[in-house]
Amino acid sequence: MPARLKLFLPLILFVVLALFLMRGLSLDPKELPSALIDKPFPVFTLPALGRDELLDKEAVTGEVALFNVWATWCVSCRVEHPYLTQLAGQGVAIYGINYKDEDTAALGWLRELGDPYIASIADREGTLGLDLGVYGAPETYLVDADGLVRYRHVGVVDQRVWGTILQPLYQQLQQEKESQ
Amino acid sequence: MIPEIGHFALILGLALALVLTVVPAWGAWQRNVSAMSLAPGLAMGMLAMVFISFVCLCIAFLQDDFSVTVVASNSNSLLPPIYKFSAVWGNHEGSLLLWGLILCLWTAAVALFSSQLPLLVLSRVLSVMGAIAVGFLSFSLLTSNPFARLLPSVPADGNDLNPLLQDPGLIIHPPLLYMGYVGFSVAFAFAIAALLGGRLDASWARWSRPWTNVAWAFLTLGIMLGSWWAYYELGWGGWWFWDPVENASFMPWLAGTALLHSLAVTEKRGLFKSWTVLLAIFAFSLSLLGTFMVRSGVLTSVHAFATDPARGLFILVFLAIVVGGSLTLYALRAPAVSSRVSFSWLSRESLLLLNNVVFLVATLTVLFGTLFPLIMDALGQGKYSVGPPYFNAVFVPLMALMAPFMGIAPISRWKRDSGQRWKAELLVPGIAALACAVTLPLFGEQYNLWVALAVLLAAWVVFGMARDFWFRVSGRSGAGGSLKRLTPSYWGMVLGHLGFAACVVGVVATSQYSIEHDLKMSPGESETLAGYEFRFVEVAPVRGPNFVADEARFEVYREGRNIAKLAPQKRRYLAGGSVMTEAAIDPGLFRDLYIAMGEPIGEQGAWAVRLHYKPMVRWMWLGAIFMGLGGFITVMDKRYRSQPRRAAVPAKGAQYAR
Repeated sequence: MPARLKLFLPLILFVVLALFLMRGLSLDPKELPSALIDKPFPVFTLPALGRDELLDKEAVTGEVALFNVWATWCVSCRVEHPYLTQLAGQGVAIYGINYKDEDTAALGWLRELGDPYIASIADREGTLGLDLGVYGAPETYLVDADGLVRYRHVGVVDQRVWGTILQPLYQQLQQEKESQ
Repeated sequence: MIPEIGHFALILGLALALVLTVVPAWGAWQRNVSAMSLAPGLAMGMLAMVFISFVCLCIAFLQDDFSVTVVASNSNSLLPPIYKFSAVWGNHEGSLLLWGLILCLWTAAVALFSSQLPLLVLSRVLSVMGAIAVGFLSFSLLTSNPFARLLPSVPADGNDLNPLLQDPGLIIHPPLLYMGYVGFSVAFAFAIAALLGGRLDASWARWSRPWTNVAWAFLTLGIMLGSWWAYYELGWGGWWFWDPVENASFMPWLAGTALLHSLAVTEKRGLFKSWTVLLAIFAFSLSLLGTFMVRSGVLTSVHAFATDPARGLFILVFLAIVVGGSLTLYALRAPAVSSRVSFSWLSRESLLLLNNVVFLVATLTVLFGTLFPLIMDALGQGKYSVGPPYFNAVFVPLMALMAPFMGIAPISRWKRDSGQRWKAELLVPGIAALACAVTLPLFGEQYNLWVALAVLLAAWVVFGMARDFWFRVSGRSGAGGSLKRLTPSYWGMVLGHLGFAACVVGVVATSQYSIEHDLKMSPGESETLAGYEFRFVEVAPVRGPNFVADEARFEVYREGRNIAKLAPQKRRYLAGGSVMTEAAIDPGLFRDLYIAMGEPIGEQGAWAVRLHYKPMVRWMWLGAIFMGLGGFITVMDKRYRSQPRRAAVPAKGAQYAR
């Protein structure tokens, strides 16, 4: 009875959809493809923004630090910037990754808004971003003293994000470092 | 103490919902009248319990009871009382309770206003509503208890409500939206009851119609408010982003629009029965899917609540039971044979079918675009995001495709019509619409083809309707026409279609003619935009109840005359330290002037400023208000209100019962 069978079509479509939704539950759209979590920070050699020196992985790792991907073309970066400055004031180590940006614009931005970064890696071509798996700015990576990426946050870091997610992890990593 | 009362009342509400699900359904199965008669009372009891529970949560918020977790995370003692109240639904747990409350309201409303319904049907409908309530109330109690306490370490003050939500629009946006979302559960319950009873007929459609119309009207207004809020609060003048959560509310709206029109055919002509039932299931399923997407974290969105896999799993299981169950029932019980009533290609039925197809395709394309990132991720194809270009590219042509037929619809006749007649009737409206399309865009800055096209389509819809209106009022349609003979249903249709036309013009004009300037301005400077001169007077610090702000004072001049003073703010909220832009808008029917502050630049008091000139942006929301009003007005139609209870209908109802 084909007429009756046709009425099963919506049900079949729904079952397929439900299977996808179920799979979706175990995927986090905000999460880094897990490849880099607990893996070493990618190796790189790139110029430091506004300084006459080259930075590499060894230069920026060794202590627990945040790596903040930012750019002057990124509106949300403006939003989180004051909070990063505040964090830097509290002694949190933050490195910048100036992502696909122009040096002059980026330096102007730091002059105007303040510079919370120990140093900014000038990733003009986005090569480091590619290795890190950056989708867009802002993103913030928490890297431990051994140079392993421990957490990745997509989007603005504000008091809520810092207080609930990053800070507990940051403190835990620091304790781990001291106990070593 | 009060939160515990609320918690307990919620548990009682769940218990009543369980009884409501089981007892009347058993009564309907066994034809046990006393079991069936319990349904309305149970519905009322459930409402009373959930209402008490909701009131308790409101009290906890208003009294700053920071020992309650949701209060501590979403309120603050500095928050103005009205926002403490709206903070109740500014979070996952509270909004879910609001959802449950509204579901109980709809259930009780069905119990109250359905005295003409045969008891058998009423008990089945209420029992289905009860089952949905079981799902939502247990979701609330098991995974998202709003009354959970933070003991023993009670914080001294709360975390504050997200400043974006501290806004009048957001006080009523969620309740309206939920009224719409949840309201589709009534149409759904009627559809399931009809499938269970095995009779899908005109009376079924007549019973569902007013409920569907009201739910749709609420949803329309809810979406409208959301869009309006985004426009003035997010600070960059956008009004629709195709964000997954916006889509989550838009999809039930699209399906609901198809349902409204399809119900008309089923009621008047007894056609499209299976189709209408499927749409009723579909509209509510999309509401549930929306809930799943917002609260499970499967998609990234600006709206998403704090998520938790347990919650996602719960809704998914619930979704599978409700949607899977109802579609199985549909597959087994819907009439498979097409109706014997026939209609020709040129008829009102065909036009309404076309409407249905367009809206369904629109719903599916939005659904596909929304779920695409999830599907690709699940298939291991990597991360994708689908943006406005996709949605605009598929959605706009679909709507444009429909408008020409909308102009014909009001004058069209049921069953069989003739192209000759259409041509004769619509020649004048067609020429008038064309004339408007040629002339009206001349008032814009420059002639714009897209605007001309939008005006053509909108004017065609309006004039087609005007033709029909005149036809009816002048009495040419038959026995002595007059204004009084026009039914509320008819007025509802007129308002709804006028609203659609206004939306089309508003959307196209504002996207084509809008001008925005991002620039650096210092006090004393001025900038001219679309003939308006914006003078930046000064920046002054101001203090609000729970924020401090830099307020820029602008004066707007046109042809030397001061027409507006605008004061956008850059606010810093004290509790969370978040920084918000509060745009200043000079609204007008034909144009909005809009100023938002960026960041301070340098030491000399200069600011990054964004100036907008947005022509006709209000038409869009005005159109949505018209549509919403149209939906409400239809309910006043006599044929829904006073059924001749003792005469013809009980016989029909009795048949239905058998």
